Amino acid sequence: MASTTAPRPWRPLGVLALVLAVMYGSIALLGRWTPQLGLDLRGGTSITLSAKTPDGSDPTPESMRQAVDIIRQRVDGSGVAESEVNTQGQTNVVVQVPGVGEDELVRLVGQTAELRFRPVRAVIQGGSPAPVPTPGTTQTPSPTATVEPTPAPSPAAGRLGNEELPSRVAPAQNSARLGTGNVTAADLIQSTPAPAANPTATPSPSPTPTETSTPTPAATTEPVQPPAGTGPPSVEEQSQLAAFDCANLQPGSLDRPELSLITCDEENTTRFLLGPADVVGTDIAKASAAIPQGDVTFVVNLDLTDEGADKFFDSTQELVGQPFPNNAFAIVLDGRVVIYPTVNEPIPGGNAQISGSFTQAEAQALANVLNYGALPLTFEISDRSTVTPTLGENQLRAGLLAGIIGLGLVLVYAMLYYRGLGLVVFASLVGAGLLTYGAVVVLGAAIGFTLTIAGIAGIIVAIGITADSFVVFFERIRDEIREGRSVRMAVETGWRRARRTILASDAVSLLAAFFLYAFSVANVRGFAFALGLTTVVDLVVVFLFTKPLVTVLARSRFFGAGHAWSGLDPERLGAPRRSARAGRVRAAVGVPAAGAKEALP
Amino acid sequence: MSRQSLANRLYSGETSLRIVGQAKRWYAVSAVLLVLALGGLVVRGLNLGIEFTGGAEFSATVEGASAATVSDVHSAMIATGVDDAAEPRVTLVGDDAIRVQTGSLTPEETTTVRDALADEVGVSSDEVAAQVIGPSWGAQITRQATLALGLFLVAAVLFLAVTFEWKMAVAALVALAHDVFITVGIYALVGFDVTPATMIGFLTILGYSLYDTVVIFDKVRENTKGITAQNQYTYTEAANLGVNQALVRSINTSVIALLPIGSILFVGAGLLGAGTLKDLALALFIGVAVGTYSSIFVATPLLADLKNREPTIAALARRVEARRAAKVSRGATPGEAPATAIAVAARPGAGAVETGERRQPQRRTRAERRGSGSRSAR
Repeated sequence: MASTTAPRPWRPLGVLALVLAVMYGSIALLGRWTPQLGLDLRGGTSITLSAKTPDGSDPTPESMRQAVDIIRQRVDGSGVAESEVNTQGQTNVVVQVPGVGEDELVRLVGQTAELRFRPVRAVIQGGSPAPVPTPGTTQTPSPTATVEPTPAPSPAAGRLGNEELPSRVAPAQNSARLGTGNVTAADLIQSTPAPAANPTATPSPSPTPTETSTPTPAATTEPVQPPAGTGPPSVEEQSQLAAFDCANLQPGSLDRPELSLITCDEENTTRFLLGPADVVGTDIAKASAAIPQGDVTFVVNLDLTDEGADKFFDSTQELVGQPFPNNAFAIVLDGRVVIYPTVNEPIPGGNAQISGSFTQAEAQALANVLNYGALPLTFEISDRSTVTPTLGENQLRAGLLAGIIGLGLVLVYAMLYYRGLGLVVFASLVGAGLLTYGAVVVLGAAIGFTLTIAGIAGIIVAIGITADSFVVFFERIRDEIREGRSVRMAVETGWRRARRTILASDAVSLLAAFFLYAFSVANVRGFAFALGLTTVVDLVVVFLFTKPLVTVLARSRFFGAGHAWSGLDPERLGAPRRSARAGRVRAAVGVPAAGAKEALP
Repeated sequence: MSRQSLANRLYSGETSLRIVGQAKRWYAVSAVLLVLALGGLVVRGLNLGIEFTGGAEFSATVEGASAATVSDVHSAMIATGVDDAAEPRVTLVGDDAIRVQTGSLTPEETTTVRDALADEVGVSSDEVAAQVIGPSWGAQITRQATLALGLFLVAAVLFLAVTFEWKMAVAALVALAHDVFITVGIYALVGFDVTPATMIGFLTILGYSLYDTVVIFDKVRENTKGITAQNQYTYTEAANLGVNQALVRSINTSVIALLPIGSILFVGAGLLGAGTLKDLALALFIGVAVGTYSSIFVATPLLADLKNREPTIAALARRVEARRAAKVSRGATPGEAPATAIAVAARPGAGAVETGERRQPQRRTRAERRGSGSRSAR
């Protein structure tokens, strides 16, 4: 029964010292000694948005990712520092910014992103009116994509009679370069013929009218929307476009589909004048990235709804044959041009393929954009809370105070009840505290774990759970002593029994923490994380610190001999007989003090 | 007598509180509590916070706030003309903060109401803390919490069934449902606000209640291992000894768990007036207290009842009874009251020397175990 190998308490203690050293070493390297505090402790605004789909189903992970990207762009674009945008669960997006009174931001993030196809009327390279000082260089413009009817699913099945389709789309076509013209930077591309075959097309004659034109009013939240029109821009529109500065573009401002729109691409490197939208997000049935047979680059297959197919056919018919860029349409998401493929032929039937030397990631990203438009998520503001820095500070102080009082009370109780062993409780709780604090700081830096008021509460509650492991252990030791074992032996056998109980009950705690974390929203998660973390810390401390420490102490005279103040005094514990201090067991077979035992009801 | 010695006597079985044997009494107590809880829920219902009902809450620190401030703010809220702020609930928190609760507000209305409050109490609008909850948020967090709860229960039952046995899992689960239901009932009866923080508290109670039950069951399992191989004591008695032995630990644990929770409650209610800390700690405080009760008085008796239906355990009970009856008829030592007395050790395990009438098994000393050679519970 007794283990044959003598316990080696110094080894686990060494491991623990190593763990602590690594932990605090990395903290020292990171140079951040305080945990990352949640907004409820330092003040700030937190907005929880819940996605709603038209049919009430849960949004797909892709559309949520897309939504988060859009919201993040809007938040970053609004110039708020240190913002965080994350998904939470399947349907929620949480935006956290340090500032308070962010009314504008609240309005902004709650808006629905719109996907639209708009015909391109004019394009200027460069994101601002300032002339780009590289007049001589010619530059390949961006629309490196084309859109075509989807080729028949050739090898797959019985589409045998259909012979015209494959002829339209050569499987190995180098479609990416079709329809691209050459543009000089900062030049207005208008209806000047820029046939694809002629790469030396002269740029349009007019130099940029930047200096003379009146700049559009800065910092307007309204998008710049000239009246509806098609084809090449008017002179006025030209100068409006030329004077447009992408920096003034407000994130998330809703453009009206029936008007023209001046906007930029996502990198603010190209300005566009776009016609009224003819296809909108809801017209798209499905988009997917794929690699066609015999090809090496990815394409995006686009399926439109019946209504969308008609609109798209009309639109492509109009675009076809026009000179670049008027043969292109822009895919606009949230007011920004994502891509503007050229059209080489009218596309009937609602199945189109966008090609353009995409990598898989690019094609997938584009497909996501299109799908997002197909699944219009609207967001509802579920929870918007603003915590002033003063209130945050109060909460933090209250949390810390509660922790200190709680810890103090536990220690006092442990000292009163367990006497000498109370010191072990004290040391163990200090060890647990060091580990927890270190873990919170490291996790804050590593995975962005933020400590919230609920998290602090979780840690304080865990003082009880941690201390309970000691109670289980000590009670077991005492049980063993009551049975007449020496203190040293009692520690080892008691530990073997307590270990199982501690593992079982900590497993339940971990289970609870896991489910709370995985399936809950809002601040439940901060609490659950703290609870799980401290349970792990508890295991580490009990195994690597408390047990070895007690083993070491049992070798001392004070504890080993069961001094009255050690908490392990056999006499006080009612052991059958004062048993061997040196570990020798006397035959304690007799029934002890039978008279005393009968004096009971 | 000092507590230590009581603990010792409980451990040895010298003092034994008859807990498991009086299952009916505890069931009756719990039944009354459950009926009260149900009554509270039906009659009064839960006092749901704005997180569940939707609405807005603003708070601002106002030096020397008084009842007059409250009524001023009330009028100022109505003067905003915002429909959902037409019936504001304005309360004084502590003596230096004003809290305003209204219906759900749009972002624009939020700005209006917040600025009006800031104007009225003379702070900048950046110093007003605000929380606006959409109408469907409560349903969402409730659904999530229910899902978490369901999955946790399934996992916990599986865990207990695998590491212990399924009857323990059932007993633990019943105790757990008991705890949550009574805690919720207390909330309904007293009318405490139920917020998401309260819900966290409820969910944590689950973990705690199970944890506490696990520790007691661990002891019961140890005491009842190989129990059918003897005829000295019944399962009920062995379980009762387990409860008695774990009683001290259970009380210690509860005290130690309640101390920090109590300090959160004290600080949360005293310093902050309201909020996450108070709501969480209150739910935990009630739940831990109920959980400790149920582990001892509900879970273990229930387990014994379930086990006594097993043929082998029932047969054991009959054997023990028959043996005792035979002993009594042979004439027990005068002065011993066989029905209640707990006397000198009867050793569990085959071949142990029998020294007297006893209803509780007792752990053998190490020397004895050595001597007897056959080992029972480890």
